Amino acid sequence: MLALFYIFIALVIATAFWQITNIFNLKEVIATDKDNETQGKLMLGFMLFFYGLMIFSFWKYYSVLLPEAASLEGQTIEGLYIATMLMILIAQGLVQFLIFWFTYKYRGNKNNKALHYADSHKLEMIWTIVPTVALAGLIIYGLTVWSDVMYPDNDKALIVEVYGKQFDWEVRYAGKDGVLGKANVHNIKGQNTMGVDMTDENAKDDIHIPTTVKEFYLPKGRKVIFKFRSQDVLHSAFMPHFRAQMNCVPGMVTQFAFTPSMTTEEMRANPKMIDKIANIKQIRLEKSEVLLKEGKEALEPYEFDYLLLCNKICGATHFNMQKKIKVVESAEFDKWIAEQKTLNEVL
Amino acid sequence: MSDHGHHKETFITKYIFSQDHKMISKQYLITGIFMGVVGVFMSMLFRMQIAWPEHSFSIFEAFLGSHQTDGVMDPDIYLALVTIHGTIMVFFVLTAGLSGTFSNLLIPLQIGARDMASGFLNMISYWLFFLSSLIMILSLFVQAGPAAAGWTVYPPLSALPQAIPGSGTGMTLWLVSMAIFIASSLLGALNYIVTVLNLRTKGMKMTRLPLSIWSFFVTAIIGVVSFPVLLAAALLLMFDRSFGTSFYLSDIFIGGEVLHYQGGSPVLFEHLFWFLGHPEVYIVILPAMGIVSEVMAVNARKPIFGYRAMITSIIAIAFLSTIVWGHHIFVSGMNPFLGSVFTFTTLLIAIPSAVKSFNWITTLWKGNLQLNPAMLFSIGFVSTFVTGGLTGIVMGDSALDINIHDTYFIIAHFHLVMGVSAIYGMFAGVYHWFPKMYGRMMNKTLGYWHFWITAIAAYGVFFPMHFVGLAGLPRRYYTNTAFPYFDDLADINVVMTWFAILGGLAQLIFLANFFISIYKGKKATQNPWRANTLEWTTPVEHIHGNWPGEIPEVHRWAYDYSKPGLDEDFMLQTVPLKEGEEPS
Repeated sequence: MLALFYIFIALVIATAFWQITNIFNLKEVIATDKDNETQGKLMLGFMLFFYGLMIFSFWKYYSVLLPEAASLEGQTIEGLYIATMLMILIAQGLVQFLIFWFTYKYRGNKNNKALHYADSHKLEMIWTIVPTVALAGLIIYGLTVWSDVMYPDNDKALIVEVYGKQFDWEVRYAGKDGVLGKANVHNIKGQNTMGVDMTDENAKDDIHIPTTVKEFYLPKGRKVIFKFRSQDVLHSAFMPHFRAQMNCVPGMVTQFAFTPSMTTEEMRANPKMIDKIANIKQIRLEKSEVLLKEGKEALEPYEFDYLLLCNKICGATHFNMQKKIKVVESAEFDKWIAEQKTLNEVL
Repeated sequence: MSDHGHHKETFITKYIFSQDHKMISKQYLITGIFMGVVGVFMSMLFRMQIAWPEHSFSIFEAFLGSHQTDGVMDPDIYLALVTIHGTIMVFFVLTAGLSGTFSNLLIPLQIGARDMASGFLNMISYWLFFLSSLIMILSLFVQAGPAAAGWTVYPPLSALPQAIPGSGTGMTLWLVSMAIFIASSLLGALNYIVTVLNLRTKGMKMTRLPLSIWSFFVTAIIGVVSFPVLLAAALLLMFDRSFGTSFYLSDIFIGGEVLHYQGGSPVLFEHLFWFLGHPEVYIVILPAMGIVSEVMAVNARKPIFGYRAMITSIIAIAFLSTIVWGHHIFVSGMNPFLGSVFTFTTLLIAIPSAVKSFNWITTLWKGNLQLNPAMLFSIGFVSTFVTGGLTGIVMGDSALDINIHDTYFIIAHFHLVMGVSAIYGMFAGVYHWFPKMYGRMMNKTLGYWHFWITAIAAYGVFFPMHFVGLAGLPRRYYTNTAFPYFDDLADINVVMTWFAILGGLAQLIFLANFFISIYKGKKATQNPWRANTLEWTTPVEHIHGNWPGEIPEVHRWAYDYSKPGLDEDFMLQTVPLKEGEEPS
């Protein structure tokens, strides 16, 4: 029976091939007026598909986008982001229309003759100067935001070290003295997994969150200066809800700072986030039902938390380097950090 | 030179170790197509994994060998597939396959030369490319798998087999292959530059060159300036891997021990890599721009609008392309001030790009558009170039890059602006110059089907992809199921994968059309598209030396289409000005 089926498939393929070679006997190989007519109209149809796809995507996928930024710096970035997006969407809408419309409108016909129009300094000046002005605006706006974000003032900032390694994160707080003790991979031994130099006085009061603890805390409303290190290969500490990212580079310390502006609870109560999480829960529920029917375990229940994830290819389990970030009111943070053991107590 | 065409040629000198630019161009194209099939097929495999994570597929069992378990793809081979897909598509298809094919075919034909300045170096260039392709393909069969550190091969990941298995023999072969590839590309580029500067026929002033030649010429210059830096970067990486140096490595603890490396920095590699890597983007796209300009003018029956502005913007883009590499590494830890400088230079590129786009659109305006498949691909090029180019304004702004760096947004951006666009440019070139290459015509109907399915699939894959990136999903994740937060992106990924499969299969139409047309296509006439440029004055049957007898003299620029006062809507460059006719 199977053999017959294969013979049938082979026959179908052979016929298809024969049909294809047949159309090579067609006389016309160059677009005729009829082709121009059809293809021009198809281009108009494609324009509808194209705008349809854009509108559909915005309508259907708007809900998956990141909600408002959860840091003060992220909010300044958000302003620039909206301005840029508006500008490129307007340009996109207009320019694409011209491409498709002209193709349709000026589809060829043997009775027509093209306009011999080789140059116009005026027109070219317009589309040199208009983008120049628009881009100058964006450059100035962008660079202002960039320097606001990248040159933080250090007063009273909380110093937090994030340490990437295959395939997990460790975190260290600077402790009461506000200074991180020196660290180097040569000191890695036993429980001292971050290679902290314990002869350094500044290290004694540091607080270490090992890989076994899956979350760490940040206070709302206080500037946090992150110091990043890596143990082995490049990683990138990506915290999308805060619009924050910096690579972790073996052999050097990198830095990024932001001020959390919404606690985890506040973000969970954000209307956009409520919708998004409800949607995710629904998806997980449906998947779980299928899994249960197959006799497998259901998916774990899910609640929103801020994420720290790896965004630089780092090896097989690159896709699963995660830690949760709990943003809490500063009183709660102080209470939490006071409960943590210092490195001196641990080691 | 006049004894060209009278050599007695054996099979080997004619088809294998040929020094004829037309044959070498075909060799580049066929090799490029083969590599393209491999690269696109890989993308279909990993797209299946993204859409249906850890699902068992018999196609994985068939193709992934020991890198799958019961039809489920392993994470390491997923990373290897994206790595090799990127390498093959960027270098082997869009650099060698595109530039190698059309620079070789068109430079001598369109400037009026008997061949390249050095046919011998040209032959060596192709065979080095062939060798490097062979090594890259061989690396797929290494037991621990091919290179898997991403096509950017950042150390330490690419330097340490302990970090990922692909960084063993697979990575060694990758580096050897790329070193040979760079040698090939340099020989090719030097040849193009020398040929354009020295071998133009009488009357072919630089300002009469078709834009295709201008873009191949400038592309070759960028290649010569930037490719050697990648070679240096690759050599230093070989040293770190094999001879214990520490150019890129320092303070590494892996596999339970501290490695001896001290004092190097991966950021150095990032700078060296992108010093080529960014110009590379323009090495890919400029030839496509040149082809599109040419195809568009011919099929619009109009001169290309703003010829001089087009040349100026090609040169401006080329210049700027060498001083923007830092925008790939805004969040690498480099000094934020450098970030400001690179943002400034990067956003400037939008100006010449906008000029070019508007000039193409104006070329369409009031044209008499002959919508051949090549023309459709050229129009498609402008559309995808604009869509992808505009999101470059987002990526290029350092402050915005922070949050979309290495997400799917960048994948969508560069696939549209250089991947799909350059492929469209390549298809436009193949459909347009197929009669010049093989003396036959490609089938029109299949060309139309090929274009429309590809166009729909390309936007179907890459437009929704922006949203996935803006949702915060990082690239190069084997599966997105580890983060419940991304569960709502699963549906979009399935849609994109179906479009990717559709787009991949649509290329079978092209392959069928291409290979059948070589043997069965309708015989071409001498100037089937009624174009102005010199290649259409050569005989349909290829001869060594291109023109029987004297090389024609050029009397006008390449774009006298629909010129008032002339009887035809085109005028070959070889026709002298009529009495009283103003030169354009």
